[in-house]
Parts: sequence; C-alpha cells; structure tokens
Amino acid sequence: MVDVAIVAFAQRPSVRNAVGDEVELVQPVIQQALEDAGLRASELGFVCSGSCDYLIGRPFSFVTALDAVGAWPPLCESHVEMDGAFAFYEAWVRLQHGDVDTALVYAFGRSSLGSLPIILSQQLDPYTVAPLFPDAISLAALQARALLDGGRATERDFAEVACRSRRAAEGNPNAQLRQSADVEALLGAACLRPPLRVHDCPPISDGACAMVLATGERARAIASARGRAPAWVAGVDHRIDPQDLGSRDLTRAPSAKLAAERAGAHRAPLDLAELHAPFSPQELILREAMGLGPQVAINPSGGALAANPMMVAGLTRVGEAALRIHDGRAGRALAHATSGPCLQQNLVCVLEAR
Amino acid sequence: MSIPPTPAGPALEFDPPLSPVMRIDCPVRLDYTIAAGREQSRFLRAMSRGHLLGRRCPECRKVYLPPRGTCPRCGVMTAEDVEVQPRGTITTWCVTNVPYEGQVLELPYVTASVLLDGADLPFYFLIQGLPADQIRMGMRVEAEWADTLGPTLDSIRCFRPSGEPDADPASYAEHV
Amino acid sequence: MSREPCAVIGVGQTRHASRRKDVSIPGLVREAALRALDDAGLTFADIDAVVLGKAPDTFEGVVMPELFLASALGAAGKPMMRVHTAGSVGGSTAIVAAHLIQAGVHERVLTVAFEKQSESDAMWALSPRIPFQPTLVAGAGGYFAPLVRSYIQRAGAPPHIGVEVAVKDRLHALRNPYAHLHMEGIDRAMVEASPMLWDPIRYLETCPSSDGACAMVLASERAARGAARPAWVRGTAMRSEPTMFAGRDAVNPRAGQDCAQALYREAGIDDPRRQLDTAEIYVPFSWFEPMWLENLGLADEGQGWRMTDEGATALGGRFPVNASGGVLSSNPIGASGMLRFAEAALQVRGMAGEHQVDGARNALGHAYGGGSQFFAMWIVSEERP
Repeated sequence: MVDVAIVAFAQRPSVRNAVGDEVELVQPVIQQALEDAGLRASELGFVCSGSCDYLIGRPFSFVTALDAVGAWPPLCESHVEMDGAFAFYEAWVRLQHGDVDTALVYAFGRSSLGSLPIILSQQLDPYTVAPLFPDAISLAALQARALLDGGRATERDFAEVACRSRRAAEGNPNAQLRQSADVEALLGAACLRPPLRVHDCPPISDGACAMVLATGERARAIASARGRAPAWVAGVDHRIDPQDLGSRDLTRAPSAKLAAERAGAHRAPLDLAELHAPFSPQELILREAMGLGPQVAINPSGGALAANPMMVAGLTRVGEAALRIHDGRAGRALAHATSGPCLQQNLVCVLEAR
Repeated sequence: MSIPPTPAGPALEFDPPLSPVMRIDCPVRLDYTIAAGREQSRFLRAMSRGHLLGRRCPECRKVYLPPRGTCPRCGVMTAEDVEVQPRGTITTWCVTNVPYEGQVLELPYVTASVLLDGADLPFYFLIQGLPADQIRMGMRVEAEWADTLGPTLDSIRCFRPSGEPDADPASYAEHV
Repeated sequence: MSREPCAVIGVGQTRHASRRKDVSIPGLVREAALRALDDAGLTFADIDAVVLGKAPDTFEGVVMPELFLASALGAAGKPMMRVHTAGSVGGSTAIVAAHLIQAGVHERVLTVAFEKQSESDAMWALSPRIPFQPTLVAGAGGYFAPLVRSYIQRAGAPPHIGVEVAVKDRLHALRNPYAHLHMEGIDRAMVEASPMLWDPIRYLETCPSSDGACAMVLASERAARGAARPAWVRGTAMRSEPTMFAGRDAVNPRAGQDCAQALYREAGIDDPRRQLDTAEIYVPFSWFEPMWLENLGLADEGQGWRMTDEGATALGGRFPVNASGGVLSSNPIGASGMLRFAEAALQVRGMAGEHQVDGARNALGHAYGGGSQFFAMWIVSEERP
C-alpha cells in the first residue's frame, strides 16, 4: 500500500447558530489547512468533502461550498453525502493509486437551522418507521435503556462519560461545552428522554474542519518543514450494520468491532482513542466493541459530547487524533466516526508516528 | 402494568386476496430558520436602502454581485465594497413557459442574465416592458424598484429597457 | 503507479418509467443489483463493498437513504459508501467503486445508483423557496436554456439540430427494452410541434423524469478471471469547477475539457476521434449533444452540430452517440450518469442487443452535473490495460 499521512488539520470553534453561510463557515478552515501545509488549491491532487443537504434544507449545499476552495483551474473533486470521515476514506483510496500525492478533505455542517432530532428521523425506513418521526434522542434513549436492562451499564456510568468528556474539553478551545458538574450533581438532574439526561446528549453545533493528506516523501517534507511528525494512516476500514432497529442488538456495534479489527487497531498498543459517540452510552458500547481497555485515553478533545457538528464531528475525531501525533503527545491513536441511528455505520482509522 | 394476552380469534381470511399496497402518503414538514451569510446580509441591507452593493476579490479584482462570500475562482474572501449601478446589459435570456410548484410569476415570463454596470458577473432578473420576441443580447436595461424597499431581492420589481443603444458586443463577450 | 486492473463483469438496470409504483425504493435498487449480480454469476455474498450514488435526498425525501438500504443491497457487515456529486453522481459513483478495485482495497464491488422521483416532487426538490433569494429560474431547463442560446449563437448552428438529436435518441430508445420513452413514429414534425418550454428548448427536446436504477459489478483482474466478456476500465477522470465566477465559460466549460484530456491520457488514447468507437454522453437537453462533442474534443469548436446534422451520431453512423436512447429517453437522475457508464460497458462487451454498435471496442461514458461544472468520465475497452 502507498503510505498516506495527515499533515495538516484545521477546525473552527463549534457554536450554535454560527454567523455566516456555508462558504463563510468553511473557507477559513480550508485556507488555514492549505496554508499550514504550504499548498495552493491548484496543486491539490484530489479534493473530497462530506456534508448533508437536509441539515440546511436545500439541495446541493456542497456545490455552493466549492466556492470556498478556489477550484480554478478545475480540480479532481468528489463529495460524499456522509460524515467527512468517509471523504477522508475516499481520499485515502485515491492516494493509493500513486499518481497524485496530496489531497484536501473538508466537512461542514449547520445543525442549528432546523430541528436536528426530527431531521435525523428521516434517515429511517420511509414506509414503516420514518412516518412515526422517532427522533434521534428517543432512539439513543432506546439504546441506553437496552444497555441498562441488560445489566451492562448504569446511569452513573453514563454520567461519568459525560463529566469526563466535558472536563477534557476545557483544554479544547474549539469545543462548545467545556465544563461539567460532578457526577453526583449530574445524576440529580431530571431525565430528558429517560434514561437520558441532558448531559448524556450532544450540543447542537455548527462547524467545519479541513485536513490535508500527503503520501510518502511529500508527507515527510511537508511535516518536517513544520517541525511535526506526519500522522501516518496505519489502517482504515468502515462497516455498516442493518438499520432495522427491531432486528439489531442495540447494545452492540458489530460493525465497529469489525472495522477496528480490519484497521489493525490492536496490532500494537494504543495511546488514545477519539470516539465519535454523540450520546454518552454509545461510548461504552464502542469501547467494548473495539476492546479499548483502561490504558487507552478516551476522547482527550472532549469528543462529540463537547461539540457535535453533524457531518464534521467524525472527521474532527480523525483530526484531533492526528494533532496529537503531530506534536508527539501520542505515538499511536485510534479515530472513529459513526453515522446513522444507534451507531449503525462505523469507520475506524489507526494513526501512527514512525 | 401487565398486558393481557391477545385473545386468539379466528384467522383472518380475505376473499378475494387483498391487493398489494401501491401507495402511502407520508407528509413531512421540516421547518428551517435560514440565515443569510455575513456578506449577503450587507448586500440585502444595502438593497433595502435602494443601493446595489457588490464585493471585490482582492486577488483577481473582479466584482461580485450579489456577493458570494468568496471569489469562487480564487478561493479567498472578497474584501471591498463596490457600489454597482442598477442598469446593465442583457447577456442571454430564457422564456419560461412551464408551470411548476411554487411558481409565483404569471406564464410566460422572461428572465435574463444582466451584466450590471460595475459588476463582473451577470445576475438573473425578471424582464418586463417588451414582448418576449424582442429581447436580444446586448440590450440595455434598468431596474424598476419596488414601492417599498426591504432586505430582499424583491426590492427590485424587474428590469425594463432603458432606451439606450445596444451595448458593444465586446463589452460582454466573456459573459455569453 | 500501482493501479490494479479493473473490469466491469456485471451490468443491470431497471425498466425505467415515470412512476414505478410496483416497487418500493429497496425493490427498485434490488431489481438493478440482482440483474448485475446475475450477469456476473455472483450473489450478494460474493461482494466485498457497496458504493451507492444518487442525486439530492430531497428527490425521495429520505435523508441519506443508503443507511436504510444497507440490508436490501446485502451490505450488512460490509463497507458502504454514498456519493453525491449532483447530476454527474452516477458516473462519479462508478469511479469511486472502480478506484476501490484499482487501489487494491477490494476484489468485487457492487455499485448502484438510483432515483425514484415519483416519491417526491423534483421541481420542488430543485427549486425550494428560500427567503431573500430569487425564484425566477424554474428547474434545470431555466438554467440551461440560456447556455443553449449562447451555443447556437457562437456556433452559428441551424435551429433544427436540437430537433434532430431529439428524434435520433428516441429512435435509438425503440431498440432498448429498458428505456422509459418508446415513442413509435417519432419524427421532426412531432418534436417541432411540441410546446416551447424554455425557449429555445421544446418539450420533446428535454429529458423525461424517470424512476429507475442501474448497477454494476466491478472486479479485480483475479476476480474477473472466468467472467464472460469483461469490459476493462482503461481510464477514469473527474473534474469540478465553481458554479459561477467572472469570466467563466459555462457553454464550453474548462472542467469538461480538462476532464476529457486527463481521461484520454490515462487511457493511452492519442486520437479519440479515431480510437473511440462510440460514446454514451449525458444529454438532458438535445442541444447538449453537439455542445459536449466539442467539449470532449470529439469535434472542433463550433463544428459539433455538423456531426449531428450529417447523421454521424446515429446508429449506423461513423460515431454513434447514445445508442441506448440516452438521458433524453430515460432519466432517473442519480442513475443517469451510471447508465451512461454501464451502456458504454455493454457496447464493448458486445451485449447491447438491438442497440449494439457493430464492432465497438472502445467506448466513452460521460456524466455532468450542477451548472455544467462537475464532470465524471470513463473509457472502457474489450482489451485489458
């Protein structure tokens, strides 16, 4: 395989009701990532982005966003209607061909324009499930309930995840929720959708991020000029589970388990894992599925509980893991992205310093 | 609460067998609060005062109206306000004869790509004041403002022929 | 370069119609997918990954429908991707799938594209009412008609060219059992008598709105061993440019020209006019046939209409274009680009049936989208690269 590394990553602080349209949201992070890698758009071998039209209620939002890139002369460019982490995957595949040596990946999402939990309900079977409008928080609550009923976790476990995530986010200037009361105080709050309390749920976030990938020598040259270690992609894989909620064991994530295995997560010890778990019980499910023990630091950035811009939060996990390789805080890190209701689809990427 | 078991009734029989379900109606309503971007907001505010405010690209110096936040060609934020005149030249046009959902204008109607004086990109406007078969490339038109102005494109009701002689084709050649 | 050879070993498509009321969305995509698998002599179990493409989700009103279609397409436990690059999506989806094989990631990939516009309203989906934005332009025709007008003026083309393409593609469609439009007795008078929708585009010079799907099984050299008549992917290319900027030529866009040149380079083609035998080109409005012939370098600038006028692009002509009937005869938007790619593969496999181009060995599949700004193309050949 061709060696591919993340050499630059830029993100904007996640906020609710960001001022600015898609272009104004995404242009600064693209420019920052390109400048950080010392590249101009016209030099890029490949460009790929991730976004979702329904977030802003308009078709072709990615077309407008292309205005932020400076696609002139014309670029080799593609788009996935998925989290930006899957755009990262497409770029990694493209770089395997060996004929181009750089790629730009970006993602943007404005979750605050519509009612996000209801919009996400329209991901479900349009004939039998979506007409019932089961909102995303209720579905996560079903999953949490199954976890409690199976005796595999307690509400205290959920609160501990939430508390640890928000406190970790104190060191992350791009996070939206950056503090937490202690676990006892959290457990004293009323439930939002039993058994989920507000602290178990992600904020509504608008955000954008961008990343530059490069292969082999090019990656080494870009990174060394900036005094950082390239974050090499040691393995990447993604898998999907059936959606039908009635036929799934909602307390397991077999696709996450398989993706972690295929990405070679356990070929060597991991220093940290950035998990895309928008609801606190989902972190417990993912840790178990991927076999992440107590020696692996989870979500030092605060994770999706601290900032959850849709279509961006997964790619941000990859970027946050890469930043920690860049500056030597970690030697080997796992990054994860999810999509669909109740952790239906999962991507796992393993990054290494070499 | 205990749920009583469902009584075992006679098996349902259909004669003749039921026909398959061919259609269900599932109306979906999603409400969005659309926010104009920073640059578009400046443009709309200027429009509510009867001005057309474009933005200039710091690299290629072209003027965009309405502003798009960036210069799509250069990929940089546009940075300088430029007032554009409410008159210009028709570069190409279209007569719409097809009804569609959400249509507000009476059919047929003419929309034209108008290169406003001082702007470097044509913009679509409704054209009125002459029969569709008399519209031509290079024709000069001017804006007719609405009676009440607001932060909306509806502040310009339409464009009408200005009576000026047709523009020199060279002046709009790269926009055809 | 470390590109693995990639072959099309299975092609399937649905019957296209304005309303496929007889199937659900899963039923529609499975109809195409199962035909492609049958053609390849495989089942879902043999597939390593699924790549799905479609145009905006608003067309069916399902957000990211690949999620609920995972089971119907046998993707459970496998990688599944969803591509969306506007009208070019069917083409770029096939390219993403081919890249997975060429990168050596997978051996057998199922790629599917669909649209079931009858489950929503396409005009509404394309032109939602947005505050403070004009709603002057009605659908795609309102955007493309001015470009057609510009082309006619630049090329000095006679007005009947659009009519000729409209007739020719519908005559081709009569030979394609899957085509949406089967217009017996179609002729110039019928097209000329149809209403002028977006002047200069008449009703019969536009594509229909169809429900339909297309699927292909792509395979590595190893997995293609033993496959009957594989079509080898000789080159792929994608290019994008912004929707509008000062000085942009939307009639003969540079992204399309660059894409074609990159494609020919990768496929080792020096003289496309001589080396290509046929092309499936994305022509949603009849005038786009000559426009794209020029953009692709298959005709000199301003001369594309002469090829149409001389009959060169009709079956039996020297360079048949859209022998399947093209987008003018079937237009399930998200699948329309993949149909172009798949029909090109059928031609070089010699499996196009009644609309086979005699002796086709190298064929071009072309798709475009947005404001003539996104391009995806491939060249397939009976000969292994």
